[in-house]
Amino acid sequence: MLLDWRPTCAIELMRLRAQMLSEIRQFFAERSVLEVETPLLSHSIGTDPQLAFFTTEYCLSPLRQTLFLQTSPEFAMKRLLAAGSGSIYQIGKAFRNGESGRFHNPEFTMLEWYRVGFTLPQLMDEIAELIAGLFSGQPLQETQRVSYQEIFGSFTGLDPLVFSYQDYCAFAREFQLSEAVAICGHDHAVWLDFIFSHKVQPHLGDNALCMVYGYPACQSSLARINEQCSLITDRVELFINGIELGNGYYELVDADEQSKRFNKELVIRQQQKLAVSVKDKRLVSALESGLPECSGVAIGLDRLLMLLSGSESIEDVLSFPIHRA
Amino acid sequence: MASYSTNEFKAGLKVMLDNDPCAIIENEFVKPGKGQAFNRVKIRNLKTGRVIERTFKSGESLEGADVVDVEMQYLYNDGQFRHFMVPDTFEQYQTDEKIVGEAGKWLKDQDTCTVTLWNDAPLAISPPNFVDLAITETDPGVRGDTSGGGGKPATLETGAVVRVPLFVQIGEVIKVDTRTGEYVSRVKE
Repeated sequence: MLLDWRPTCAIELMRLRAQMLSEIRQFFAERSVLEVETPLLSHSIGTDPQLAFFTTEYCLSPLRQTLFLQTSPEFAMKRLLAAGSGSIYQIGKAFRNGESGRFHNPEFTMLEWYRVGFTLPQLMDEIAELIAGLFSGQPLQETQRVSYQEIFGSFTGLDPLVFSYQDYCAFAREFQLSEAVAICGHDHAVWLDFIFSHKVQPHLGDNALCMVYGYPACQSSLARINEQCSLITDRVELFINGIELGNGYYELVDADEQSKRFNKELVIRQQQKLAVSVKDKRLVSALESGLPECSGVAIGLDRLLMLLSGSESIEDVLSFPIHRA
Repeated sequence: MASYSTNEFKAGLKVMLDNDPCAIIENEFVKPGKGQAFNRVKIRNLKTGRVIERTFKSGESLEGADVVDVEMQYLYNDGQFRHFMVPDTFEQYQTDEKIVGEAGKWLKDQDTCTVTLWNDAPLAISPPNFVDLAITETDPGVRGDTSGGGGKPATLETGAVVRVPLFVQIGEVIKVDTRTGEYVSRVKE
């Protein structure tokens, strides 16, 4: 008899998950944020070259269509916002192909919420409140807020906003990371990912929530470029005990700029011979019709549960990780 | 030799890195939510025994290393080389002391050990976890002492020196844990 029919998490963890979900729903109910559901299967998909997606086929004879499992509910939720939903949240599954490891499962649970009329600092306040409430049984240290430039500089002595190939290479060689030179080449964004994940992130949020804001513009994704400084973007990342928990933006509402970013990413996907993605024209239309000023954030709930339970691996908090699914 | 992608890097996999055969110890997938995916890998260089950390871009691959562990019988030491034989095929291999290293002090003629071959040439020798060896030299012990407290050095037939309890005498055979170099028990012949 096979033994891998069993869940990899303890029964106690299922209870802890249920409790976490109910506390999150309570939190948003108290703030009159509406819970919504959006499709997991969609005709279009994010163009981000760093996100690999699952493709499936919809057959309604004689119709055959390619559909995509969503890497996040972002686009659909923005369409709801543009349609006048007001502030909304969603707890649901997201899918990312090829991601598997101690902190990754290709299917995972995400909490995503949008606050109409909130600036990024306002949203950061709300994030801190939510996290503090969830950790009330094992209180965290005071929340830290620090800019990307400051934290990157303090651990590396490098300026993340201005790319200096020589300085970055010298840093890599000095800290036994010389393979970075070949891996990152002249790509500023990859250099930042490499150095940040090796030398900065592990130190962030020692038993505390650490919010890093003001990401370099080359890592803006779907965030707005900062009004005062065009080198940075209004994006925030959340860390506890060196684990990346979530990612938030002061949302881009400019349809033209959004369309441009999609097209740019489609070209990169083509150059890198990645799977062809289908640009979400409905999202662009929604932005054209008008997305209210808002901020939004997504948090990986499986990792949050790992932190709440002190688990070493994502498998310890999932019923059936991919190899047992 | 086949090549292996970072996704296939499992503990124990033997690969070529910087022209040396290496064994994967640990492989961690590192990926910022919106960024480049890496694999941070802990690798042991099988030639030097040194453990290093190396990061790869996810999806990169390394060539496999033709490294196998073969059980062999240790035959003899001719002063320059040690000789080993595969019992089934009688195929013989010889190695110098540099490769035998620390394992040498546990090798007794006719004993079985593990020889790691790289491209059919010995790369490393591992003695069994436990070996039975006779004591050739030690101070006379105190007869009544069976508690084993304290202890004294004893030289074994292979030249190794281990700490043994006071009651153990010259000529007795003892069991030693080669991983720690510690005395385990006396062996009744």
